[in-house]
Amino acid sequence: MESARMLVFNQLETYLYLALMLFAIGLYGVLARRNLIAVLISVELILNAASINFMAFNRFLAPTPAVGQVITLFIMAVAAAEAAIALSIIVAVYRKLRSVNIEQATELRG
Amino acid sequence: MNWLISLITPVGLASGAFIMVVAMTLLGALIAVAARNIFHNVLGLALCLIGVAGLFLYLNSPFVALMEILIYVGAICIAICFAIMLSAPMYLPLPPRHPLKILGALAGAGLVFAFLALLTKKTTWAAASVRSDDWSITTIGHYLLTDYVLIFEVISLLLVVAMLGAVVTARGGRGSS
Repeated sequence: MESARMLVFNQLETYLYLALMLFAIGLYGVLARRNLIAVLISVELILNAASINFMAFNRFLAPTPAVGQVITLFIMAVAAAEAAIALSIIVAVYRKLRSVNIEQATELRG
Repeated sequence: MNWLISLITPVGLASGAFIMVVAMTLLGALIAVAARNIFHNVLGLALCLIGVAGLFLYLNSPFVALMEILIYVGAICIAICFAIMLSAPMYLPLPPRHPLKILGALAGAGLVFAFLALLTKKTTWAAASVRSDDWSITTIGHYLLTDYVLIFEVISLLLVVAMLGAVVTARGGRGSS
């Protein structure tokens, strides 16, 4: 039993570091990419990192292990709404500017 | 030889599959942000999300893993593919990259990574003293319709509003505007 606890996939830290890596990769994507769709993809990565964190805490620490799953489902629903809105905005921006590059979208610049 | 035999025990197989899932997740994430072709980005995102679903399986939640594949890979990735088809054609030359901006983004993401990694390392995680072992879908449904019913309803409202907003924003052309 003691050896089962030491397995790499039975440790909280493994999942936390993995989610952290996913978050950092997504953050890099948000900062570095200039295609609006690529930025949206990076935001999805960040949301998934949050989901993994919730599920890991849910698996290893939480008193009731159904709550984390419920919250992860909520994150997915909000991500779906966010993706729908963002994609429609991207299509509208492309129609207006003939480009999905964020450096072209400067109409509101002061 | 011993090493090979230890690999076909259940624990060895589970560890091997876990490493594969982790590799899939990270490789997919890297493709999703680093590839220049936007379509490769979406394929990388799908790979990464399937890996995340595998992680959820290891975290004892097959239902959430299924939902992950259904919603993210099945709906969001396909929606992104449609947006790619409706926006800039992919044969156009891509604008050149600015090395300075890439370096800045790397430094920013690296700093956040280092800070959070340090935070994770320094913290001692304490499990709740009394833990229930009820993982069933029945309990999830029970929570959705009792303790979290308000959030559940608000999210349904949010989805309706998002859907209407998406239709209105992307419509254009016909009638008004």
